[in-house]
Amino acid sequence: MNAPDTPTDTAPGIGQNATDRSRKLVEVKNLKLYFPVYGGLLRRHVGDVKAVDDVSFDIYEGETLGIVGESGCGKSTCGRAVLRLYELTEGSVRIAGEDIATLSPEKLRRKRPSMQMVFQDPQASLNPRMTVASIIGEPLDEHTDWSRARKLERIYELMDAVGLNRDYANRYPHAFSGGQRQRIGIARALALNPRFIVCDEPIAALDVSIQAQVVNLLEELQEQFGLTYMFISHDLSMVRHIADRVAVMYLGKIVELAPVSMLYESPLHPYTEALLSAVPEADPFTETHKERVVLKGDVPSPSNPPKGCNFCTRCPKVMEICRQFEPPVREHRPGQFAACHLYEETRTAGTSGVTRSEHNETSVQQGEDA
Amino acid sequence: MPDGALPVLDVKNLKTVFRTRAGDIHAVNSVSFHLKPGELLGVVGESGSGKSVTMMSLLGLLPMPPAEIRDGQVLLEGRDLLKSGPDALRAVRGQEIGFIFQDPMTSLNPVFTVGFQIMEPLRKHMGMNRKAARARAVELLELVGIPDAQRRLKDYPHQFSGGMRQRVMIAIALACDPKVLIADEPTTALDVTIQAQILELVKELRQKLGMAIIWITHDLGVIAGIADRVMVMYAGQVAEQGPVKEIFRNPAHPYTRALLQTVPKLHGERDEKLRVIEGQPPLLAAHPTACPFRDRCAHAFARCGQENPSRRPIGNNHDVACHWDHREAAP
Repeated sequence: MNAPDTPTDTAPGIGQNATDRSRKLVEVKNLKLYFPVYGGLLRRHVGDVKAVDDVSFDIYEGETLGIVGESGCGKSTCGRAVLRLYELTEGSVRIAGEDIATLSPEKLRRKRPSMQMVFQDPQASLNPRMTVASIIGEPLDEHTDWSRARKLERIYELMDAVGLNRDYANRYPHAFSGGQRQRIGIARALALNPRFIVCDEPIAALDVSIQAQVVNLLEELQEQFGLTYMFISHDLSMVRHIADRVAVMYLGKIVELAPVSMLYESPLHPYTEALLSAVPEADPFTETHKERVVLKGDVPSPSNPPKGCNFCTRCPKVMEICRQFEPPVREHRPGQFAACHLYEETRTAGTSGVTRSEHNETSVQQGEDA
Repeated sequence: MPDGALPVLDVKNLKTVFRTRAGDIHAVNSVSFHLKPGELLGVVGESGSGKSVTMMSLLGLLPMPPAEIRDGQVLLEGRDLLKSGPDALRAVRGQEIGFIFQDPMTSLNPVFTVGFQIMEPLRKHMGMNRKAARARAVELLELVGIPDAQRRLKDYPHQFSGGMRQRVMIAIALACDPKVLIADEPTTALDVTIQAQILELVKELRQKLGMAIIWITHDLGVIAGIADRVMVMYAGQVAEQGPVKEIFRNPAHPYTRALLQTVPKLHGERDEKLRVIEGQPPLLAAHPTACPFRDRCAHAFARCGQENPSRRPIGNNHDVACHWDHREAAP
């Protein structure tokens, strides 16, 4: 999104408390992350997998920005790029005013305590040969010169905060269940008092009854420590619960970004509509009567995205213009950004203020004309 | 059976244990259920609740040892599968009971073409010759919605996407017109838009072919959309069983009720806080003499610690294994 100037964006510097919701903590501009593809006899650079392709968004202090999309849409890559766990191909990521894309390795290392990550798979992201205390304490070893006693005190404090029993500090990860392991991962992320945490599918590997425990914990910690989250997930109902604003990604691009209520009640982009309608709801009464938008086919390869709009190969409302030109990201309603020609057309036709159903009618007609 | 029709599959008092060095694990504990012709039974439960092990036990797919079926009957149209020999079971698998596994990536053999893998059961079970099997394979791929079926028979699994691979798995499972199809979390590894495609496909195939289906999942949303009847499993036991609308409208077991409340909604009011089921599922090391859910249950009382509840009927085709009477007190 091109630097959304929302009405809440008041003069910076007012209210220096930890969670000033009008201040941007993370500003991502034109972020691109391409993975090069080498081929042929000489292993020449023959192309790129455009995992994240020109993405811009902001995250305000104390806010949770949800990132949703199907596998392979680039949401996890985007999350890792924002913490510069990958070197960016292009673009800038400013965290608390500092562009981390160009920081030197040493400066970046000193910046790391303020930005942390919770990983998807608690089994794979914890070293099986380290005890819980040493896992949670590792960031402290790296970034502080505290005494052992002080570190241990902090480790206990963190274990209390995430609801782990102190007596288990000397156990190894295998002795814990999935939900408890994820708590260890969260305690490690909290160790250095970060302001910003990227949660990359933190609940995807957990059972339903344990998911709710972990999500509640994340929310409590956010309140307690004034944290800002980027919450990556494919679970749309969980994102609706936890997020303040949501960005929908498709094939490396953000197709829609809006406050949570607007995105779920009145989505603009046809992909958002399809994604929401595909989620099965735990209610047999609505499920049997639901008119479902079933998308045909699969996501195209990000190394060879279609011409024009990325979504044109599967879009139920595709028009001729979609196969030619890429739609720009625009704010179609206050705070609701979308990249779709459907709304471009009505905009240029000068019919401002039309209702949503009229939008759709015009689009169908245009679709037939094409 | 209340509805008259004889069940095609009737499982009675099935007990499966795993013998380990640390002692026996009671993975499936006196599970009974039936499946009527053309019916879709949804089986819900968390990991470790015994849903998959139950289905694997039916077909003799568990490695024995360490697994051991201690007790029970599995009647497929009156024949007890647990008493059948390996050859007889092999004839049942694939021919009378089809199986779809969770992960389409690992359940197809990467070194054989998709065509070979669809034709294999046709030639083994149905005795078809190569030409007839090939024609049927094309038919099956078209049935599950794979375009250009003729040509794609020569492709290998890696040339298919995840959703397409799951369609191939369904084609293989349907190859011999089974009476019963067991689908073990068939859409869990797929994205929601692809899951929606597969669910639509299954609804369509049921209308066309009319086989009975057991659908295992942990996703209550999926169950709500396709099942006729639901069986909720917890700690290797059946906690509650009933028609889908009954289970969602009048859940009786505290576990079912809690499970329905932990799922955040896509529409309507946003909950301030998610309801949680505190604690962890129990280890199944000891033979349960008390209700396995009592430590996490909001309604547990003295009797729950003394006696493992047996299933009691509470309505039309609806039963629950719980001492607490949900009608007496609101949660």
